Amino acid sequence: MSDNLAIIATDLTKKFGDFVAVDAITFEVKKGEIFGFLGANGAGKTTAIKMLCGLSRPTSGQAIISGFDIYSQSELIKKNIGYMSQHFSLYQDMTIRENIRFYGGIYGLKSKDIKTRGSKLIQELELEDYADRFVGELPLGWKQKLAFSIAIIHNPGIVFLDEPTSGVDPITRRQFWNMIYKAAARGITVFVTTHYLEEAEYCNRVSIMVDGEMRDFDTPRELMKKYNKPTMNDVFLHMAVRSKRKGD
Amino acid sequence: MVRFEHISKSYEGNPAVNDINFRVEKGELFGLIGPDGAGKSTLFRILTTVLLPDVGHAYFKDRDVVDDYRYVRRNVGYMPGKFSLYQDLSVKENLKFFATIFNTTIAENYDLIKDIYEQLEPFESRRAGALSGGMKQKLALSCALIHKPEVLVLDEPTFGVDAVSRREFWDMLKSLKAKGVTILVSTPYMDEAALCDRVALIQDGNILKINTPDGIIDQFGKQLYKVVTQHIYQALQALEKISDEWHAYSFGQEIHIYSSKSLNIADLKGQLVSMGIDDVQIEIGKPLIEDCFMDLMVSEKTEDYV
Repeated sequence: MSDNLAIIATDLTKKFGDFVAVDAITFEVKKGEIFGFLGANGAGKTTAIKMLCGLSRPTSGQAIISGFDIYSQSELIKKNIGYMSQHFSLYQDMTIRENIRFYGGIYGLKSKDIKTRGSKLIQELELEDYADRFVGELPLGWKQKLAFSIAIIHNPGIVFLDEPTSGVDPITRRQFWNMIYKAAARGITVFVTTHYLEEAEYCNRVSIMVDGEMRDFDTPRELMKKYNKPTMNDVFLHMAVRSKRKGD
Repeated sequence: MVRFEHISKSYEGNPAVNDINFRVEKGELFGLIGPDGAGKSTLFRILTTVLLPDVGHAYFKDRDVVDDYRYVRRNVGYMPGKFSLYQDLSVKENLKFFATIFNTTIAENYDLIKDIYEQLEPFESRRAGALSGGMKQKLALSCALIHKPEVLVLDEPTFGVDAVSRREFWDMLKSLKAKGVTILVSTPYMDEAALCDRVALIQDGNILKINTPDGIIDQFGKQLYKVVTQHIYQALQALEKISDEWHAYSFGQEIHIYSSKSLNIADLKGQLVSMGIDDVQIEIGKPLIEDCFMDLMVSEKTEDYV
């Protein structure tokens, strides 16, 4: 097993009855890589992410996440990853500082670390004046930046971001991506899904899922070259339009 | 067909929209483009008579939507952002229910929804709650159209929807427009602006600009340069060091720069190469709606947060 890999998945499969939601996907993600996990609604992305986070047991196949086995060490996986989604996961009726303390505690940080990392986080986001305000009062873009910072407060090996920038204004979306670059530079592997396909071009490598299968997997530049398309949006439309599944 | 005049609305003291004025002509496909929290849903809810404005008036065919709310409800179709059909009724039952409420039948207005509903027909007896996202959306659209409204109001119909389904949805809107339906649609995806006849760019409850998509691009008024390199992040940091007089930001696989002053491309290229960005290419480019939106956001920006 290679030490510089954050995710190793081999023939990972999930069936619900006769329905094959995820069909034998095989891929590797390097440590510190920004990996774009693309696919149409219903392609099986969410099911795959749930398996990779240790929340759903695969029907068959193997996966090693941050060095931990997906079957026998799922609790260790949960401790060593971060997760945020478009569905805002912080407590709206707690202050910024309270949310940091709460999640720091959940992730098992010591009080002392929560204090120092929390202050640093608040400072970096320039939220000093709002630290004791309710999170629910913040604009969406600020909430998402805060949720991301909290999702990596325990320095996880991997952070999973499920459509983190949906509905966020274009300037804040770019600030959010700067935060992603910084996290990756710190060695955190970033696993991200998005429907904004120009964001796919910010990833080191991307995969495209269609009907439960991983159809292709490369750098955005190579994919655009291979399919002879000017943008990732065109590549995506070209591949996903042949999907047989309709839907969610 | 639709007019907003000096509309303002606050929620518990937080302003959602401020003094909004615009009109939508008959037969137009009009887009309200902006991020979450911009005030798009508030405007649509006022127009569709489910919310009262604090100040101002909205009109549908010159009738005040507050005074004549029954008339508005009979003649406007509304598809809210959140799926609002009956989850435990079947596809067919939902459609029949909405037809009955509006005193009509499925058969009477089937022409208008035929292309959309045909795709649902194999699942007619399935409960709406058990449909996939794309199918729910088609059913919601069918239900919003079953009383043959003159104006169709769609609140973020493509939010969280993948690029393929988004394209299909816009094709459906185009064919509805061809049938004479006036359409107001909101979206956070800037690239969808190009598919509208006219758009209003909206942010923090204020309209930044109203025009045709091409008109907005023509009004950008500054030269935009595209920087292409494999080292986007390093190039962005380098550009920040060289000058703070321009706006430089990533845009897909490129960096876009614009400045009120004109740039010497050869000089800038030389500077970037000397800073280690040795593969850099710079050329003059055409702005997109998203460039215009960001420029307007920066120049309008007063207070982020109250």
